[in-house]
Amino acid sequence: MSRDNYELVMGLEVHSELSTKTKIFCSCPTEFGGDPNTHTCPICMAMPGTLPVLNEKVVEYAVKAGLATNCEISRNSKNDRKNYFYPDLPKSYQISQFDKPLCEHGYIEIEDDEGNPKKVRITRIHIEEDAGKLNHSDFGGESLVDLNRAGVPLIEIVSEPDLRSSGEVDRYLKKLKSILEYIEVSDCKMQEGSFRADVNVSVRKKGASEYGTRTEMKNMNSFRAITRAIEYEADRQVDVLEDGGKIEQETLRWDDVSGKTFSMRDKEDAQDYRYFPEPDLVAIRLSQEYIDNIKANLPEMPESRRERYITDFNLTEKEARLLTASKYLSNIFEGAEKICGNAKAVANWLLSDISRILNEKEMEPSDIPFTAEHLAKLVELIEKGTISSAIGKKVVTELFENPKDPEEIIKEKGWIQISDEGAIKEVVEKIIAANPQSVADYKAGKDKAIGFLVGQAMKETKGKANPQMLNKMFIEELK
Amino acid sequence: MDITSLTVHELMEKLEKKEINSVEITKAYVDRINDKEKDVKAFVTTTCDDAMKRAKEIDNKKENGEKLSPYAGIPIGIKDNMCTKGVRTTCSSKMLENFISPYDATVVEKLNDEQIISLGKLNMDEFAMGASTEYSYFKKTANPWNLNTVPGGSSGGSAAAVAAELVPWALGSDTGGSIRQPASFCGVVGLKPTYGLVSRYGLVAFASSLDQIGPITKDVRDAAMLLNIIAGHDERDTTSYEAPKKDYVKALKNDVKGLKIGIPKEYFGEGINPEVKAKLEEAIETYKKLGAEVEEFSLDIATYALATYYIIACAEASSNLGRFDGIRYGYRTENFSNLKELYRNSRSEGFGPEVKRRIILGTYVLSSGYYDAYYKKAQQVRTLVKKEFDRAFEKYDVLLTPTSPTVAFEIGTRSNNPLEMYLADICTVSLNIAGLPGISIPCGVNSEGMPIGMQLIGNKFEEEKILNAAYTFEQEYKFRDKYKPDLCKK
Repeated sequence: MSRDNYELVMGLEVHSELSTKTKIFCSCPTEFGGDPNTHTCPICMAMPGTLPVLNEKVVEYAVKAGLATNCEISRNSKNDRKNYFYPDLPKSYQISQFDKPLCEHGYIEIEDDEGNPKKVRITRIHIEEDAGKLNHSDFGGESLVDLNRAGVPLIEIVSEPDLRSSGEVDRYLKKLKSILEYIEVSDCKMQEGSFRADVNVSVRKKGASEYGTRTEMKNMNSFRAITRAIEYEADRQVDVLEDGGKIEQETLRWDDVSGKTFSMRDKEDAQDYRYFPEPDLVAIRLSQEYIDNIKANLPEMPESRRERYITDFNLTEKEARLLTASKYLSNIFEGAEKICGNAKAVANWLLSDISRILNEKEMEPSDIPFTAEHLAKLVELIEKGTISSAIGKKVVTELFENPKDPEEIIKEKGWIQISDEGAIKEVVEKIIAANPQSVADYKAGKDKAIGFLVGQAMKETKGKANPQMLNKMFIEELK
Repeated sequence: MDITSLTVHELMEKLEKKEINSVEITKAYVDRINDKEKDVKAFVTTTCDDAMKRAKEIDNKKENGEKLSPYAGIPIGIKDNMCTKGVRTTCSSKMLENFISPYDATVVEKLNDEQIISLGKLNMDEFAMGASTEYSYFKKTANPWNLNTVPGGSSGGSAAAVAAELVPWALGSDTGGSIRQPASFCGVVGLKPTYGLVSRYGLVAFASSLDQIGPITKDVRDAAMLLNIIAGHDERDTTSYEAPKKDYVKALKNDVKGLKIGIPKEYFGEGINPEVKAKLEEAIETYKKLGAEVEEFSLDIATYALATYYIIACAEASSNLGRFDGIRYGYRTENFSNLKELYRNSRSEGFGPEVKRRIILGTYVLSSGYYDAYYKKAQQVRTLVKKEFDRAFEKYDVLLTPTSPTVAFEIGTRSNNPLEMYLADICTVSLNIAGLPGISIPCGVNSEGMPIGMQLIGNKFEEEKILNAAYTFEQEYKFRDKYKPDLCKK
């Protein structure tokens, strides 16, 4: 396979919506959704004569993000206009930052494909405003403009071309997302578009010192899509080069349905954004005290939580790392642990069944519908023997569908564990009678056969029998 | 009593003494508009009915003993680039022919707070780009002193309306001379405040770093009063200046003894009409006689101000006017089959030639490959201009120059020659570049009886000094007693 002779080189531009209550230049709400054009005012609709006023929270959040990613914070910064025409951009320019971003020269640490620590350099983080949205369907070929999102604050986080595999990109993005969640500056909801990544991809022969020509891929709205898009694009570029062709520098749109990238615009349309300093806003000047104060008040970061989980809760390094990868997971863990005191059991549930369901449903930890209290209650019910772990699994599934007190769930569903000796004995006798071969195996010294018999009994009782009691009773009966 | 010939402070005295009421004042102006507007063509939109209604309300309130602002019931005219809720704001452009703003500009709110009554929206060069008001989409305003000449621009409607006594005072806006030059052409007083003194919120932007709203009035005291009303920090405009409020009327001391006046000689050189120069020299003698210390000096960077101005102003305009795209409001072409055509045709059909010229210029100077040579260089020169003015104000209290190299020119003589039109701004643009305040007051008329304007330039936020210097000259020279346009001889 020719890919083996090539090295992938990637840099990312991540746009993350900041979770300030109001927009970046006016006091409209940033809330997602709402009827079209209801979260708007003359300023974010770009009525003639209106002027922007910079939301100080946006600067604070961006500085937080910069500090959490080891950036230098610029004490003298400014806004610039990026000019282009599009119906979702009401002023015909986006207020962004060009040559003096708020944050520069940072890095975050990830693991490479071999599991070794690796620093990915962050070139810059700057603040800018989001555009509105166009609704293309349902209106007889017309497009309608919704400006609810226009003016929602964004930070753009630009990395150096330090990433070498789709796995690294995936870990970089998840780490970045986790950091932004921890410092509570962004909800990072990919489906709602509040966390979006553009990937610059190029390939070069292994050992080459110069970068190849890069393409920029847009429109990937899940981690899975990003991985697929990178693999597709890397293969495509290698094929082009192997066939003696040349890579065109262009912007590509990923189509998740066909699993292919498409060219977004031709070269003739190469945009000249005519950046220039925004004359309607004064320069952003930050005092050292202001920056120091934000630094001193940054919340606990994942690394620190990880250490704590290992020492305080005896979790393995891997468990601690997985739990702290998401602030939401970590918060549920801490909340449930505090109530039930069984860190190991809480961690197990979160990292096995709950993570599996999240994966299957393509949900993120922030989408978990139930609370830490619910999870703690589940652990307690199992500890007390009210339900078995097998029923516990069913409760978890149910919690995703219909989040409420697990005690109520098991009552409603009739899942309370059978711990009555008479009833258990009845089942055990039935299973022994029906499985003579396993009984013979057990008597011949195959201890494992007991497990099979217990399993059959659990099946018979739809998981409600107390497994410890079953185990004990089979052993007694077969003595 | 000839109401419309009175200044605002004279009207206020009579209101205070109850010799007159708001309905009488407003009625006099409405009658005057009905009589003379057809000759002057100063208004884009008149709101006479509404003005009469408000005048009645105010008189009723006064009769009921309500305590109102001393300005309550005084009429005004507003340049048509300041947003007024409910009354269209056109910027004299086809693009905004039927545009009604959903909100009031900050200055309009301030007028409303004082219960000052708007008589309507005044004509201007389209989007304030021009020096003759000939680039209005709707009409060419005439200069009341000679109806065949231009009133100057871009606030030509405002200056002509004040000169023709169609309004007692007016608001204009000044990006490169658009208040001072028409004031000079029309023989009235025009003040461009320091950049940041008056909120720009609701002023439809031409060039954001240069635009400033200011008064156009019959005399200096009225200008000081109107500045009192409109000046002040606005949290909706972060470029507006936070400072304690001043009473500019108190600055009018009628005394210039010991005032240091600098005369930048570059403003009196080539291109200045000899009659203009002669009147300015007389004015300088007057100041000397009144006890001011006058000295000539060199401000040579000023010769680069015009080029710098046209680069910066056009660059900002090209971006500011992008929002007029036919999507949300304003003119939209009927002739399109895709988005590009919608943009291209709406903007091609909706903007006039001068606006298009400046958008193209501005787009060019910001383009990659040209940015450093034009926009960046212009910003560097801008810094030098500021520094040179800073140095001048270390020595002088005010600077004195002509407002315009010529008197009002005939309609149609320059409108097809953009470069010659741009030269009309040569004395005024450097103040906008440096953010300084300037006032234009009449200092005489030429052999044909056309007014000549003198510009007094102050240091940043030193409006008091130029207002006092202007007031002192005005009291000595008594222009209003000596000269009047025929249109106002009753």
